Amino acid sequence: MLKELFEFDRPGYYGPYGGTFIPEILKTTLDELVLAFQEAQADPSFWRQYVDVMQSYSCRPTPVTPLENLTKLLGGAKIYCKREDLNHTGAHKANNVMGQGLLVKRMGKPRVIAETGAGQHGVATATMAARFGLECTVYMGEVDVERQRPNVFWMEQLGAEVIPVTDGTATLKDAINQANRDWAATMESTHYVLGTVCGPHPFPQMVSYFQSIIGQESYEQMKKITGRLPDHIYACVGGGSNASGIFLPFLDAQQVELVGVEAGGKGIDSGLHAARLQGGTPGVAQGYKTYFLQDDEGQMIETHSVAAGLDYIGVGPILSYLHDQKRVRFESAVDEEVIDAAKLLIRKEGIIPALESSHALAAVIREAPKMKQDEIILVNLSGRGDKDIFNIAEAIGDEKWNQFLKKKVENL
Amino acid sequence: MNLTNYIRERLQQKQILLMTHVVVGYPSLDDNWTMLEMMQQSGVDLVELQMPFTEPSADGPLFVKANQQALKNGIRRDDYFEFMRKATAAFDFKILMMGYYNPVFVMGHHEFCRELHKNESCGFILPDLPVEEFGDLFEYSRQYELSPILVCAPTNTPERLRQVLAHGSGFLYCAARKGVTGTKTTLDQSQDGFISRCREISDLPLALGFGLSEAADIQQLHGKVEIAIVGSALLHSWQENGPQGYQHHLAGLAESCA
Ligand SMILES: Cc1ncc(COP(=O)(O)O)c(C=O)c1O
Repeated sequence: MLKELFEFDRPGYYGPYGGTFIPEILKTTLDELVLAFQEAQADPSFWRQYVDVMQSYSCRPTPVTPLENLTKLLGGAKIYCKREDLNHTGAHKANNVMGQGLLVKRMGKPRVIAETGAGQHGVATATMAARFGLECTVYMGEVDVERQRPNVFWMEQLGAEVIPVTDGTATLKDAINQANRDWAATMESTHYVLGTVCGPHPFPQMVSYFQSIIGQESYEQMKKITGRLPDHIYACVGGGSNASGIFLPFLDAQQVELVGVEAGGKGIDSGLHAARLQGGTPGVAQGYKTYFLQDDEGQMIETHSVAAGLDYIGVGPILSYLHDQKRVRFESAVDEEVIDAAKLLIRKEGIIPALESSHALAAVIREAPKMKQDEIILVNLSGRGDKDIFNIAEAIGDEKWNQFLKKKVENL
Repeated sequence: MNLTNYIRERLQQKQILLMTHVVVGYPSLDDNWTMLEMMQQSGVDLVELQMPFTEPSADGPLFVKANQQALKNGIRRDDYFEFMRKATAAFDFKILMMGYYNPVFVMGHHEFCRELHKNESCGFILPDLPVEEFGDLFEYSRQYELSPILVCAPTNTPERLRQVLAHGSGFLYCAARKGVTGTKTTLDQSQDGFISRCREISDLPLALGFGLSEAADIQQLHGKVEIAIVGSALLHSWQENGPQGYQHHLAGLAESCA
């Protein structure tokens, strides 16, 4: 199934999803990118160079940690987690940006731009740009700038220019639109480091390729630790890059159930969520065809999630295809249970998860108790939660934290 | 009359034709109507009506705001088709539907073409839909006598230009430069090369747009292309100087076409 996935008749298509829906002005640039990526893929030294960089700069291979306390507490399947939170800059986003950074070096472009929602991808891109000596501009919805100020601070310290986007809903999708506008004018000098497995071809394939390092490592690690492959793999799904990354190397192992967890927000019925594969319909926007959260006339609707990184209208076309094929099961988790899941992991295992990743955990917490004790779950812990300190503290309602903030403000 | 013939016929009377643009529902449908009346008075030849969309990723700030505000004003599909119906009945210029692809995809290609035909549009422009993705839009266009207008760009390779132009109808929309709508374009030799590349491959009339704003721009295009497209600059005049400023601007543009 994995091999066929990239061999559909029309390049960049996964069943009916994907494609390249862009203004003509960008056509040549995307063709050049497809070519550069194909050449890099065909060059065995490129992947080796990528793995080397990830080792020396981003702590790869990241470990698989057994969550023994959580397993005992839930009393069902044995739970392991893949520690993408231990990447440099604290999330799987590092894999994609370092990969694309190496490609940018091959293409010889001096400038990169990126969109960011949670700020994780923005920070990762700014880090890569600093390391590789590239100029960097990051577009970020104004709402997200407010939600994720610490990340904005770091991007600026890393030398990136952060431009708040006020159009539309002022979130991730609007940042993507603005990055596309920049790119349409600057493509000769600039590469657009798209942060997830969305957008026009070759981005879904290229980002999946770099992120598949997660699944490749996990495959070997699980065999070594447990003597076999896991029965279930859980990952949260924003655009879908950490999910694609851990899923794809297991695609042909039919006995492994793959579970994607979208943002249930305030509940699917409330209309305030980002569960595209449960509440969405096929559409074409932001360069590709997939399930979008849109109304019956094709206008995108507002999304909501406590996790900025999942708060997005579309989802990777590869995942839409795997959804239709029923190879990946999709679930959602609501804000409240996500916060509870984060609290539980912090307390029981001493690991602070990102709110995005906590969606996958929430589904595991819901489902593991119903499983047999000899079943094995692997959950992708896509990022660490330090960046969410303001949001988690607010959700928990920690009085001492509030007093600390008040004092800080008074002393300004 | 077929769109290409209409263009050729109008060219008997002037040096170059003028195509203008309205985002339906911005500032309001009433204001849009006033704009169209002024276009009629000035002798505008072609008008694009833009269906507003939530993700106008190829537009600059002015049209982004216009799209957003039109949707906030409650503009829906029925409104822009109804507006098209009234406009084609009332005015002499030809009217095209323009916009992003998703509303068309969701509506269905057949239904979209049937509605355009019913409301007497002469064609459509979907700038984020590349030619290889048109599928049965070409067939339905033929069935309903619509011209799908294709867009080409100065960054296109000769091979790609040939691929796009092979499917052209009505006229060709040549984007004058990189970037998005609304930024001023300085016309120079770079467009000349692009225009002659298009001319070599296609017999269709050429329209040049993106960032044209003044009468002087249009004058420079005499003898080079058949149609000048002015969009954001006119809307900018409306915002800055009201209906009178708009009319004045239009009149100047129209004069420079004579
Ligand atoms: C930690 C973390 N996990 C997950 C995501 C969601 O993205 P994706 O679905 O592409 O993995 C983000 C996005 O910002 C993130 O920061």
